[in-house]
Amino acid sequence: MKELMLGNKAVARGLYEAGVCVASSYPGTPSTETTEEAAKFEEIYCEWAPNEKVAMETAYGASRAGKRSYCAMKHVGLNVAADPLFTISYTGVNAGMVILVADDPGMHSSQNEQDSRHYAIAAKMPMLEPSDSQEAKDFIKLAYDMSEQFDVPVLFKMCTRVAHSQSVVELGERTEVPVKEYVKDAGKYVMVPANAKKRHPIVEERTLKLIEFAETSPINRIEDGSDKSMGIITSSTSYQYVKEVFGDKYPVLKIGLINPLPVKKIKDFAASVDKLAVVEELDPIIENHCKALGLEVTGKDILPLIDEFSQGLIAKALGEPEAPSCKGIAGLPGRPPAMCAGCPHRGMFYVLSKNKITVLGDIGCYTLGATPPLCAIDTTECMGASISSLHGFNKALGASSEKNTVAVIGDSTFMHSGMTGLANIAYNQTNSTVIILDNSITGMTGHQQNPTTGFNLRGDPAGKIDLEALVRSMGINRVRVVDPYNLAEAEQAVKEELQAEEPSVIISRRPCALLKNVKRQPAIKVNPDRCKSCKACMKLGCPAISFKDGHAKVDATQCFGCKVCSELCKFGAFETMEGETIKW
Amino acid sequence: MVTSVMIVGVGGQGSLLASKILGKAAMDKGYDVKVSEVHGMSQRGGSVVTYVRFGDKVNSPIIDKGGADYIISFELLEAARYVEFLKPGGQIVTSSQQIDPMPVIAGTAEYPTGLIEKMEEAGAKVDAIDALSLAEQAGSSKASNIVLMGRFSKYITDISREEWDKVIETTVPPKFLEMNKKAFELGVNA
Repeated sequence: MKELMLGNKAVARGLYEAGVCVASSYPGTPSTETTEEAAKFEEIYCEWAPNEKVAMETAYGASRAGKRSYCAMKHVGLNVAADPLFTISYTGVNAGMVILVADDPGMHSSQNEQDSRHYAIAAKMPMLEPSDSQEAKDFIKLAYDMSEQFDVPVLFKMCTRVAHSQSVVELGERTEVPVKEYVKDAGKYVMVPANAKKRHPIVEERTLKLIEFAETSPINRIEDGSDKSMGIITSSTSYQYVKEVFGDKYPVLKIGLINPLPVKKIKDFAASVDKLAVVEELDPIIENHCKALGLEVTGKDILPLIDEFSQGLIAKALGEPEAPSCKGIAGLPGRPPAMCAGCPHRGMFYVLSKNKITVLGDIGCYTLGATPPLCAIDTTECMGASISSLHGFNKALGASSEKNTVAVIGDSTFMHSGMTGLANIAYNQTNSTVIILDNSITGMTGHQQNPTTGFNLRGDPAGKIDLEALVRSMGINRVRVVDPYNLAEAEQAVKEELQAEEPSVIISRRPCALLKNVKRQPAIKVNPDRCKSCKACMKLGCPAISFKDGHAKVDATQCFGCKVCSELCKFGAFETMEGETIKW
Repeated sequence: MVTSVMIVGVGGQGSLLASKILGKAAMDKGYDVKVSEVHGMSQRGGSVVTYVRFGDKVNSPIIDKGGADYIISFELLEAARYVEFLKPGGQIVTSSQQIDPMPVIAGTAEYPTGLIEKMEEAGAKVDAIDALSLAEQAGSSKASNIVLMGRFSKYITDISREEWDKVIETTVPPKFLEMNKKAFELGVNA
């Protein structure tokens, strides 16, 4: 049977067919759907872990126990999980283990454009790289066989265009894999220096065996071409662009195993063509390998190190004519992403912006608080950095910043890596004010549960961490909960906690407006006779409010009925659809 | 021969469902199909683009400048934004709905006027319909995407009405089926 399938769904199908039993991941675009889709198979236990390090260690535990396991993360998530990554390369596995990492060239939904292939080289782990959904499924099955054959976790690299593109997949059946008995083996599993020293040579020998595999495996395949004046080495989505531009014109060496790369196969391919080109997104990994082999190669001299590729970009770089097109229309206003109508974060950001508070931000939907007109957020780096860097900020500047600087972090991000930063504040004592924007879900990645929501990945009741109790138990005495729809309450809390001579945590709590169980309130409207055109409500940057014919106007299709705008109107211009003035 | 269709609009307008319907209709017809979507941050009220390509053999899942045969747009400004992705003389099927982007709401820009004329001047054929009103007529303002797919179906002559209906039946939840079928019908006849 054939199905049109998202790359990420094809990965999940591969997990099912490969007999995988345990999956533990942390959501991150563009990797999230692999685990969500895997959860639809009863045979695979799937969970959201609090962060990627925990996810990887959980998957590793399951592999060591003897069942095939899986974990997935976005590229920056692999930074969080890098600690176990490097050492489980030494221990190897018991049952097969695959670590999926999804890069985001072009940064559709990421804070940097790192190339995860470096990790495979650094951790000395094999890495597979599919170019469409069918390969995603097939390579996953191969990855488990390789993991067990070579005694190593296998890295599986996706990118946005493979993860989030649909193509046709031929479905197969699940093969159950018997449990591999766990046998105590300190030399393999206890990585104290004496044992790790013995494991390192095994890792190096393994790489040599993997290179042999790379030479002969059809995963690195040569596709012949009619014109031998150039040969192209490529992989991942770049392969698809190359084929789109050139079809069968030039010979192509399509790399599926990106680490370790073959030697003889590449040398032979180079010898069969007049000129060698490497087409790869981001960093010159294949290219540098070719150069180290002494081959003359064109690559990053004509192709960019930044952003994602396309067929047009490759055509242009390799001297093909540009396609004719309609003319562009200049001067159109942009449409950047914005917080949704009814977003609970908006009220808190309005308060912070109004009071000109320095706001150290974090990773999530609420990063959009940095965008106009609120422009509330000053900084964003990585998961958890808001809290830890607030402590550093306040240590550096003392009271002058303590009274005017806050950290904002989401509920899921707080569980991911905010807690350790708060422990530092509680332990090393700054009078820091941390605002947990608790919208009761992991929002940006598309509504995943987390340890504070009380539900698991499948939506069934689960353990629930009480944020207030957790924060108090860490030694924070000043903890208060506010409703961000209530601007006066939120403002008072922020002002008081900034003045407090001890650390404090404000939990700004209201569920995401897009959650299915959150009831949308009736839309409201503006009475144009009362609207004095002061534009105070426009300062919220609500996509449902615009300024038309000299007055504020509410778009009823978009309005969520949160009424935050009405709190800003001194003239009582906001009304219910029945014409009743809204009072606060 | 590969047909390349861009589906554009504002995050949350239902472009994923529209691309699913088109992708499935093409696959059921026996074509090779690739669909490329964008998830994550840009979905939050930003400009969103989905690519659908079908034909005997499709390699790239994305569409470049000058690569699109059709643009289906749920919002007028978004249709104009991507016009240079069209081949000369390519067809735009767009809703006449206008949604102010944040720079307009924030008062730093104005919503442009005369967009249909500008798109025609740029070399595109433009078929603009009031998809929002038709969707409301069908029973839900959210069905604009299906109204536009109905309109677009007129341009893809080798997929029959029965084939489109069959795909809609298998893609939308049963309780919204009648409403969506009506929306599609209103789009066809708009």
